[in-house]
Amino acid sequence: MDPLALDVAHLFAGGLVLVSFMLLYQDRMTGLVNNFALHALVVSLSVAWQAHIQHAPHLYITAAIALVVKAIVIPLALHRIIVQLGIHRTIETVVGVGQTMLAGIGLVALSIMVMLPITAKAGTLTQQDLAFALSVLLLGLLMMISRRNAVSQVIGFMSIENGLILAATGAKGMPLVVEISVAFSILIALIVIGVFLFRIRERFDTVDIHALHQYRGEQP
Amino acid sequence: MAIVLDLLVQIGQMVLVLALAPLFTGYVRKVKAHLLRREGPPLVQPYREMLRLLRKDVVLAHTASWVFRVAPYLIFATTWVAASLIPTFATGLIFSYAADVIAIVALLGSARFMLALAGLDVGTSFGGIGSSREMLIASLAEPAMLMVVFTLSLLAGSTQLSSIAASMQGPDVGLRFSLALALIGLIMVAIAENARIPVDNPATHLELTMVHEAMILEYSGRHLALIEAAASLKLLLYVSVIVCVFFPWGIAVSGQGLVAFVGGVGVYVVKLAAGGFVLAVFETAIAKMRVFRVPDFLGAALMLGFLGALLLFVTMAR
Repeated sequence: MDPLALDVAHLFAGGLVLVSFMLLYQDRMTGLVNNFALHALVVSLSVAWQAHIQHAPHLYITAAIALVVKAIVIPLALHRIIVQLGIHRTIETVVGVGQTMLAGIGLVALSIMVMLPITAKAGTLTQQDLAFALSVLLLGLLMMISRRNAVSQVIGFMSIENGLILAATGAKGMPLVVEISVAFSILIALIVIGVFLFRIRERFDTVDIHALHQYRGEQP
Repeated sequence: MAIVLDLLVQIGQMVLVLALAPLFTGYVRKVKAHLLRREGPPLVQPYREMLRLLRKDVVLAHTASWVFRVAPYLIFATTWVAASLIPTFATGLIFSYAADVIAIVALLGSARFMLALAGLDVGTSFGGIGSSREMLIASLAEPAMLMVVFTLSLLAGSTQLSSIAASMQGPDVGLRFSLALALIGLIMVAIAENARIPVDNPATHLELTMVHEAMILEYSGRHLALIEAAASLKLLLYVSVIVCVFFPWGIAVSGQGLVAFVGGVGVYVVKLAAGGFVLAVFETAIAKMRVFRVPDFLGAALMLGFLGALLLFVTMAR
């Protein structure tokens, strides 16, 4: 394969990991949502480029779905939710950005160390996609456990799904039906989560999930 | 005879960096003033300031020990050596075998160590604050710089700046995402190390969050002139490293003759002007951050360095 084409694929996939780190770093709500839109944009660019170099036209549809649903519809909806919840000016108190970043670096190293040996027989593209996809997935999980605000946890969850799309692209694509249904289930998840956010706010006057911990009788 | 010529070129480079450094500082100040719609001091103002300081007497505090008096010479010497090792207009000069990036980081580190000691020496609380903050910044900036260096050396297969610059010009570099990360990381480190605006303000003595100026507050006369010269050399050094590693086009190769060297100097000056302009625009556009945000800023630079090295492993596994 043309080395330049591989380099561009590497650029987009690596950029996705970088944007995941930016999500971890960002502490303003609106900035977080915009960052998430960037995340989805990078993933759709990555998928579109791989559709081009793998000659797999159905991946273009995947990229288009990612672009429309996750880079436009979901960020707009999240912006509305944030404004309605009245937290669009909130600066979230992220516990220890430095430690989170270091943990994130460790996770990326882990996923590269795990993925490179076990995918040694696969093609270069698959290998690098799977390694980066696992990093994005783990970084999304890290974001979900390090944030207290429910909206940022939702964004962490959605970024995990972007990682899954990247993995599926590298593994020569999943069937289109599955892809479309995943996109719709993400939309439905957003609606359910939105309803839940408002319920949490109604019940506890906050979207800080530590209030839930106390309600369950755990130690604060 | 050839050795004498090589030595002359090397000496020419040493003189060149020393002569250009204050001009570069003046140029950045001038561009910043123009961006604020002010006239600004003339380009040669830093030279005039240095001459004025050299003519003045040194005023020493009663509590100052020999460390305080020796430090400016050591700081100036180490910074000058580091700056003259960088391939600015030509690669493969006679001292370039010593132009190891890790050695340059170490030279800068020892200059910083002397500066921090000098800040503590007189015993004023202000100097102490400056020193402690400088060390806080250094403890994060140095690892970040080293990670960037590792990324570059992994790609080029060498830690020598000449070979790195040569391999960056080569055809097999391609489009590397790690290089972009390393570039951003190195720029962040350069901004922090040179006390430029989001981290520290080089233009004021009246700010409680200042770092570099707090340490040298007790210096006067020729000592202050040497420290100012070292500071402008350091700024030139970082810009030169960035230019030589990431934009090595047009650099002369040793042995090409005088014309190539003159051309290399011309290209180098143009690159410096472009770099200084970008720096001035960046500094004008951004606000200074709180000193307690600096660890986050440098942590991000460290993260970029790490990430660049890690991502490189994926492409090298081919």
